[in-house]
Amino acid sequence: MPSNAAIAPSTLSHVDLPWRIDWTGDKCTLCGQCVAVCPVRAIELGVFRKREIKASFGLSTTSENQYSVRYGIRQKTDPGFACIGCGMCDMVCPGDAITPRRNDEQPKLRMHANKGGAPRTRGGRRNDRGSLLDQIKFVRISMLTDPALDAGRHEFDLTTMIGRILPPETALETLRNQGWMPPVRKIYPLLIGGMSFGALSPNMWEGLQMGVAYLNEELHMPVRMCTGEGGCPPRLLRSRFLKYVILQIASGYFGWDEIIHALPEMKEDPCAVEIKYGQGAKPGDGGLLMWHKVNKLIAAIRGVPVGVSLPSPTTHQTKYSIEEAVAKMIQSMSMAWGFRVPVYPKISATTTSLAVLNNLARNKYAAGLAIDGEDGGTGAAYNVSMDHMGHPIASNIRDCYLNLCRIGAQNELPLIAGGGVGKNGNLAANAAALIMLGASAVQVGKYIMQAAAGCVGSEGDRCNVCNIGVCPKGITSQDPRLYRRLDPEKVAGRVVEVFLAFDSEMKKILAPLGRSTSLPIGMSDALGIGDKNAADRLSIRYCV
Amino acid sequence: MCRLFALTSTEPVSPMRAVRALDVMREGHDGSGVGLFLTGLGGPLGALADCPILSGILTSEGERRLNQFMDDKGFTLRHRLSWNLPATPPPGTPRRGLYLVAAYEPPDRWRALPPAERELNILRTRLELKHMGLEREDITVFSFWPDVVMLKEIGDPLAVGRYLDVDREDLHARQILAQGRQNTNYAINLYACHPFFIQGICTMTNGENTAFVPIKDWLTACGVPGYEGYHSDSEVFTHILHYAVRRLGLPLAAYKHVITPLPDADMRSHPDAAFLEQLKAACRKLIIDGPNCVIGCLPDRTMFMVQDSKKLRPGVVGGRPGLYAFSSEICGLDAAIPERDKTRDFQPMHLDTAIVGPGCEEIEICRQTQPLPQAR
Repeated sequence: MPSNAAIAPSTLSHVDLPWRIDWTGDKCTLCGQCVAVCPVRAIELGVFRKREIKASFGLSTTSENQYSVRYGIRQKTDPGFACIGCGMCDMVCPGDAITPRRNDEQPKLRMHANKGGAPRTRGGRRNDRGSLLDQIKFVRISMLTDPALDAGRHEFDLTTMIGRILPPETALETLRNQGWMPPVRKIYPLLIGGMSFGALSPNMWEGLQMGVAYLNEELHMPVRMCTGEGGCPPRLLRSRFLKYVILQIASGYFGWDEIIHALPEMKEDPCAVEIKYGQGAKPGDGGLLMWHKVNKLIAAIRGVPVGVSLPSPTTHQTKYSIEEAVAKMIQSMSMAWGFRVPVYPKISATTTSLAVLNNLARNKYAAGLAIDGEDGGTGAAYNVSMDHMGHPIASNIRDCYLNLCRIGAQNELPLIAGGGVGKNGNLAANAAALIMLGASAVQVGKYIMQAAAGCVGSEGDRCNVCNIGVCPKGITSQDPRLYRRLDPEKVAGRVVEVFLAFDSEMKKILAPLGRSTSLPIGMSDALGIGDKNAADRLSIRYCV
Repeated sequence: MCRLFALTSTEPVSPMRAVRALDVMREGHDGSGVGLFLTGLGGPLGALADCPILSGILTSEGERRLNQFMDDKGFTLRHRLSWNLPATPPPGTPRRGLYLVAAYEPPDRWRALPPAERELNILRTRLELKHMGLEREDITVFSFWPDVVMLKEIGDPLAVGRYLDVDREDLHARQILAQGRQNTNYAINLYACHPFFIQGICTMTNGENTAFVPIKDWLTACGVPGYEGYHSDSEVFTHILHYAVRRLGLPLAAYKHVITPLPDADMRSHPDAAFLEQLKAACRKLIIDGPNCVIGCLPDRTMFMVQDSKKLRPGVVGGRPGLYAFSSEICGLDAAIPERDKTRDFQPMHLDTAIVGPGCEEIEICRQTQPLPQAR
């Protein structure tokens, strides 16, 4: 920019951007791959003209300017093209000549990411590395009188149950009278949470489904995956693999026309139906699939026109109140499958979770309650919702479990916890902590994207462009040029590896606690934390 | 790890026989306490079949309060054991005000009540007394039930047995459960001593129960009177048995299906798979997960032993028709019934419930893979 050019309020320099491109000219081969691969067009070919003054000695010749031209990379400073730090340029560079570097300076971009009066929207996560779950330790180690078990040698039953479990006396009475028993599924306690076909690319979705099928069919691990709100491919609906799928219905009802029409042709019942009322990443907001990602395939599955943004309403508009919505939708969905499929709602973690829970406790058709904490991730949301809305999962799940204990209904209305599980990589430890706080199962999304597909997002506001269909790894894009980068077979392989590793780590946690026969739901005596206030709040041991 | 010994006989035998067996196994307990459960009583107490017997320890003030309480409730004292204790208790045993074993005639108005309500009243009376005693630490009650006596004291089992003269004829019983305690904490609370008792059902356990807290949380909340206390993590075994037998109406053979259900793969080939799967799901919160050997006795005087699902604790059953014993170790069994045919000794494994009925005719083995007897 010329030094005398006009400066607009949003004219920024490289110093003001969160990421800065380091480029080394003498290593650059000028192949142009970095420019081609950049998902946000943050860099462009730079043509640099250089003037050198050749001053002559003596008076016979005059001094002159000599001009040379060199080519290289120029990072744009327009806020609309700010580098997102994904590092794809680094990945494709044959000469190790380019890499993004986080700026030390407090980035000013935040104050300008609202062009046209539209606040920043993005995908990804909360961008907060803090994790209370990471602080929880397992402190009740079996010694002497109850010797620790051997994680490698002993048998472990790590399954859990989703579905309404009747109190023992009622259950046996119902059995004797051949009455209706609510459907219950025995599943693996780590669920792949709702990420829709649409939010995820076809290759990513297919990879996840193949991984889940392999885990079930070959390794006999009853892993389940939730569809998210985006329907389900017709062939899957009519296949035997549907039993590994939790169908999600949310306020937009996207894809449910297809699902309802497939009902008579279904060979298997789905594992469960999840009714989404809220999610941790954008609590109180409906789902959102931005127009960039609504291509012909997605539009067909969802039953909508191509190229329009698909915001789900914040609540289920066809119902009068949330209580009524919960009751009626649970019954409607149960009825659709002849009361053979567990139906449970999913809500955002909130201080009002207990009210929802108490409502469900009185509804015998309610098969559980999924609660998504503030650390839940998403494909698209307002920045302010992601960063500042929502309730942490640990105390919310604990309050709900202790409330169930008070009414003697723990394990009868299973709690599924999500939001921030494994956010710093400690998947098994976080999951085990939530289970011992009272969750019957945990849901993960971002961890699977990172571990199974190499999502480059992190809690440091890196990448986070899941919403606009330019995912550089092809995970959340509907552009075939991008998602063909992702091999579904390899994603499936990674899903299997992730679950096997998780299983081993869970055993390494449970064996020293002397637990193997059943999942230690609510075994809070095993937990400790070095924060007195947190210990008091969670009713666990304070350990320093 | 505590040591357990239980006898079941057609004729009343001296509790000292069980205490001596514990003494033989003394390497396994630290002499920090002993607990005795006696039923099928042979003396005058056994003849008072309708009179609940109160067993406990009281201070003199506690005795006064107890008498007042029982009078107010309308109980009439029918028989009470008296002790001439030596001047000095054995080392480690505190001097107590009164060891109480007393049979009471229930209030007249209870006669017209249905048995279940009458039994509930007896239970509630014990709980009231327990709570009264906890307030001022002057009354400790172990049991209040017809034909049941319980003694618990701190100290070496043999020394305490001699001190309390458990050899006396009016304590001879047909079924005896005895535990020599391995104390795992320094604060010895008599309510933490095995065996544990509720409404004619008694169990004792060795080993820790790692699933104690979730089980306790559920039992405490399920609203059944008497599911409280839990000074020991083993008390839940008694209450689970009570819940299975009295609330769910299950046969004894199903107890193991509640506390250590079959793995799913084994369940599928079970003839009662449909029922057991539902039972496993409904009673999931009662699954135990420790290294445990449980010995117990039912109101009909059936005695049994079960092991945890990995069989991490020792346990043996042996004897002869008319007299059988359940013991942590074979040496205890040898001491109590040396004349038995040792080749018929049985060590229950991870799927077994070893049962000796009140007739003491034989050891019946229920494997979890067998069909269940018809549920009541």
